[in-house]
Amino acid sequence: MSLLEKDVVVKKATREGFGDEIVELGKKNKDIYVVDIDIGKSCKTTKFMKDLPKQHVNVGIAEQNGAGLAAGLATTGKIPFISTYAVFGSLRMAEQIRQEVCYPNLNVKIACSHGGLTPANDGGSHQAIEDMGVLRSFPNMKVVMGADYHSTRKLVAQAAEIYGPVYLRFTRDNIPVIYDENEEFTIGKAKQIKDGSDIAIIANGDTVYLGLEAAKQLEKEGISVKLLDMHTIKPLDREAVVECLNIGKIITVEDHNIINGLGSAVSEVVAEEGKGIVRRIGIQDRFGESAPYEKLLELNGITIENIVSTAKELLK
Amino acid sequence: MRNTSIEELKQKAIELRQTALTMIYEAQSGHPGGSFSAADVVSALYFKEMNIDPANPKWEDRDRFVLSKGHVCPIQYSALALLGYVPYETIHTLRQYGSPFQGHPDMKKCPGIDISTGSLGQGLSTAVGMALAGKRDEKDYRVFAILGDGECQEGQIWEAAQTAVKYELDNLVVFVDDNGLQIDGTTEEIMPNQDLEKKFAAFGFETKRIDGHNMDEIAATLDSIRGKKNGKPTCIVYDALKGKGVSFMENVVEWHGMAPNEEQYNQAMAELAGGLK
Ligand SMILES: Cc1ncc(C[n+]2csc(CCOP(=O)(O)OP(=O)(O)O)c2C)c(N)n1
Repeated sequence: MSLLEKDVVVKKATREGFGDEIVELGKKNKDIYVVDIDIGKSCKTTKFMKDLPKQHVNVGIAEQNGAGLAAGLATTGKIPFISTYAVFGSLRMAEQIRQEVCYPNLNVKIACSHGGLTPANDGGSHQAIEDMGVLRSFPNMKVVMGADYHSTRKLVAQAAEIYGPVYLRFTRDNIPVIYDENEEFTIGKAKQIKDGSDIAIIANGDTVYLGLEAAKQLEKEGISVKLLDMHTIKPLDREAVVECLNIGKIITVEDHNIINGLGSAVSEVVAEEGKGIVRRIGIQDRFGESAPYEKLLELNGITIENIVSTAKELLK
Repeated sequence: MRNTSIEELKQKAIELRQTALTMIYEAQSGHPGGSFSAADVVSALYFKEMNIDPANPKWEDRDRFVLSKGHVCPIQYSALALLGYVPYETIHTLRQYGSPFQGHPDMKKCPGIDISTGSLGQGLSTAVGMALAGKRDEKDYRVFAILGDGECQEGQIWEAAQTAVKYELDNLVVFVDDNGLQIDGTTEEIMPNQDLEKKFAAFGFETKRIDGHNMDEIAATLDSIRGKKNGKPTCIVYDALKGKGVSFMENVVEWHGMAPNEEQYNQAMAELAGGLK
């Protein structure tokens, strides 16, 4: 059954996917460590802490030290996952990640909950809108966000397998579970949910679901949609973007500032190829605030309706 | 640990200074002041104390060395060159394109560098990570770190310090090079550190203050903490002179990051040849 025919009913935060997967990984591989920074409860690492205390460290409220300590662990062959919120994991420890993780290309993973607008009621201070952009500009760093619980688990497992720094971003709030648990994902490779010929929608993270719903509506109106889940914005699957240029009309959707995230990454390829047109749907270069998650998305035009109308406008 | 005599360690400390100065002179850039203040401790660590194997720089059970004040890498590079981690001629390539001797230590480019540093305040955290891994893996290796006194103005140093105490890292030995100078002036003028030994003691370290240019004292201190297993990390604050060994450099702020001209170089090499005063 195609994803388009499936009714999505279950919702789960993708941080749960991280929390569940990391325990499995840690049991199988004693070199996997979690470095917590006093938000383990919220980042879902408490089971890891309980079951695998020898592979767990809690540095207290000291992000910079957490990043440096993880780098030190990695020099001895450990595979540390630093667990914190996306704002702190991308900004408070940005320079430590640059100097001690990316510059020496150490095997450290930065696993962050509270990506985008998903800690909705925490307000703007806790909503990371620029994290993926910041981290994609560091050499050696890979930047990944799964679209649901299952894909997050798969991507976390794969991040542990591949050598080098990976930034993994999760949602705090519940989002629809769209994939089957057996679905496979490859870091750096776009997941094509559906092929089509009139318009391409490239989404990632919690907005893949919106793309999916928009695609359903557009298909009903006879518009053929190609839909990609671009869970990895770096390295970007350039080939997948270039293939969209056969259609020529692309809409990107992301729960991130439209500056420097998925939309920017796709636009870079499109501009270099010199053909095609892109419309970016995402956070409108403004900070968030406390509100229901859906309301925040709406304020930024990150909605099914806006994807549909943007598609129609492009097809005019 | 090797049985190197005090006399030999003193001689090595002079050679380290001369080699470092030659590098900096030829490159016409680098940091002599803080290299010289650390030279005696570096000599004791590399030529006696540390369990290392220059032929096998990635040996799992080696002691680790973290130069948290990474700008003084010429002194560490000198040790690596003298011990044969790299061909001795590498000393003529400091800060050049393609050289393992980058402007600041780069573990990807230079054998014997256990962690890349250069951004102050971060090295101690990485040392804590290495020491913690050693504990968890029940290994016997130790981790030695050298910090600048100015560097201790960085908050992250104290984040790392409290972590070392929490995890009972008695396999961690932290040296603080208390030379009293930083870039813009004395630490007293720029940001008074108060008593760094007391600060580390308050965090839960076992501490000691020694003369960082007295080889007998350095060696005796290292003797006294070898094999220590009491659950407490060690901090040795050493009193030092920036530029130690060259009369016109000693305690002069400007020699933090300046290369000598030919005349200065020759005079400095001659003075060093006469040993420490
Ligand atoms: C984070 C950071 N800020 C600033 C610098 C620039 N810097 C290089 S050396 C130095 C002074 C260091 O003083 P100290 O730690 O006392 O070292 P020493 O005097 O022994 O050279 C500064 C500010 C840096 N390398 N890293």
